[in-house]
Amino acid sequence: MSEINTQIKDVTNIQATSSLREMTTMFFRNYAAVAGLILLITILLFVFAGPWLHTTDPFEMVWAPFTMPMQEGFILGTDYLGRDILSAMMAGGQVSLAIGLAAALVSVTIGVSVGAFAGYYGGLVEELLMRFTEFFQVLPTLLFSMVIVALFGASLLTVTLAIGVVSWTAVARVTRSEFLRIREMEYVAAARSGSARDLYLIFKVILPNALPPIVVQANLMVGSAILFEAALSFLGLSDPNVMSWGQVIGSNRPYILDAGFAVAIPGFAIFLTVLAISLVGDGLNDALNPKLRQR
Amino acid sequence: MSDPLLAVSDLVVDFQTRAGNARVLDHITLSVNEGEILGIVGESGCGKSMTALSIMGLIPDPPGKITSGSIKLSGQELVGMGVDDLCKIRGKDIGMIFQEPMTSLNPVFTVGEQIAESVRLHEGVSAKAAQARAVDMLEAVEIPEAAARANAYPYQLSGGMRQRVMIAMALACRPRVLIADEPTTALDTTVQAQIFDLLQNLQDEMGTAIIMITHDMGAIAELADNVAVMYAGSIVEMGKVDNVLSHPDHTYTKGLIACVPHLSSSPGPVRERLMEIEGVVPALTDLGKGCAFAPRCNAVLPRCSSDKPVLLATQENHLAACWAAEAEMAE
Repeated sequence: MSEINTQIKDVTNIQATSSLREMTTMFFRNYAAVAGLILLITILLFVFAGPWLHTTDPFEMVWAPFTMPMQEGFILGTDYLGRDILSAMMAGGQVSLAIGLAAALVSVTIGVSVGAFAGYYGGLVEELLMRFTEFFQVLPTLLFSMVIVALFGASLLTVTLAIGVVSWTAVARVTRSEFLRIREMEYVAAARSGSARDLYLIFKVILPNALPPIVVQANLMVGSAILFEAALSFLGLSDPNVMSWGQVIGSNRPYILDAGFAVAIPGFAIFLTVLAISLVGDGLNDALNPKLRQR
Repeated sequence: MSDPLLAVSDLVVDFQTRAGNARVLDHITLSVNEGEILGIVGESGCGKSMTALSIMGLIPDPPGKITSGSIKLSGQELVGMGVDDLCKIRGKDIGMIFQEPMTSLNPVFTVGEQIAESVRLHEGVSAKAAQARAVDMLEAVEIPEAAARANAYPYQLSGGMRQRVMIAMALACRPRVLIADEPTTALDTTVQAQIFDLLQNLQDEMGTAIIMITHDMGAIAELADNVAVMYAGSIVEMGKVDNVLSHPDHTYTKGLIACVPHLSSSPGPVRERLMEIEGVVPALTDLGKGCAFAPRCNAVLPRCSSDKPVLLATQENHLAACWAAEAEMAE
């Protein structure tokens, strides 16, 4: 009898891990996603571990301006003030990634709250919240964030908030549609018959089930937030005291014809990062989407 | 006789639909005492589940609305009670089991967590104590390896297991009334028998009153003390289960009983044709003034299409709403 019991236990253990294992399998079956993941890890290593190996201060003038890459010992050359671009890429990458993450977090927080309440309550609440969302949707996003930064000053915080505030609408719509679907499920009715209140139903019953598409959306949001930050920096609307990829592009912009590499290098870094994040997002979509999983 | 534990009287529920006002429940009166099982039978769409939902206060509003009547839990009125007070009763004093064990459990939490959560919500005990109670409950519903199974996700359990988990969840706070809305419809026959046994045992132990909604006449005969037969939103016959099943008065009840296929003891070359009640349940938006069952009835009298029959005592502890039965009695 005890033998049988241990067997049953084994079966249960295998099953308990199988869901996660299945997701990992699905993710790794998508070769593009794996390539994206490797690329992303490389970028993270470069940005966060790089400064330990390459200790030059990104703000210090170290050589003549516009030294070409691979000359005088500067792998990526120097910028218009004679600062080391390699150091700038590392320090700037930290900031760009941090802003991307933080802005995505802001937009997910706003988007999930708006979408969850709209989808759960329906009726007048939904009407008001979704019209509010549409109001934000029709605003030209870059212009709107420029206005916010211009009004409140260019600091890391305002830039992050400005990006978050203009990009939450997609998350809100995804969340709302998931809530519309899940709130009709029987387990929600069952939880209600067990006297769950509205907030409990929203955050502890429905939201966990709505997470997969939101996670994918949030991941893509990180990439677009990095692009956004670059666009704002390019226009000179970012904190001048902080190095970021967009900032490097923006400050070297006037010399683009003489020293194109100073603009091209950070541009390429942004391109690679956003590409990596999108590929990983695509893989996450495969992994979290049960319909694709059965294929 | 003391007050019944749960008493529904003259309950009327209306739904506003595009086709007009639909009277889903029409003056429903029923009651259950402690330790009793009341069976509610009837075709799909006759208001069985609506009765359950109105007792729980879970009628979707809009479009539904309790127009009049009262629901009393040991003397306490539930109709018109505030959401906060109602929440204290739902799950705690009245538990409910749903039809579909496959979809009634939240797929992203383990079953143990789900049972523990409902205990924590109502009794404010520590997470650890709630978890221990969850395992106890899983043992009570006869799930083997309860401690290990508490960590299983719903998709890892079979239908019968899931329904046991649902029962464990509904009974975790030891409710005084349990509403089982077709608890076995989605399960196969052997599992159905197990679930009914389980309900019976648990009821003997805990003395819970059970309102059992089902299509299964066999289960009613086996388990229930009283039975109410519903048709088009009304109760058409009600009484002690033995009496109703052996001497039905309403033509509809007779038809329902005749429809139950039975296993013939000597299977011959000629098979008996299955009985059926001709026609379908009428749309609730245009019930005439007469008996709702009249168009399908095979003992219809002239007065059936003009006057709506009311529940009258036809035998001891036995009510029926049928002119034909009344006429028979008068003879």
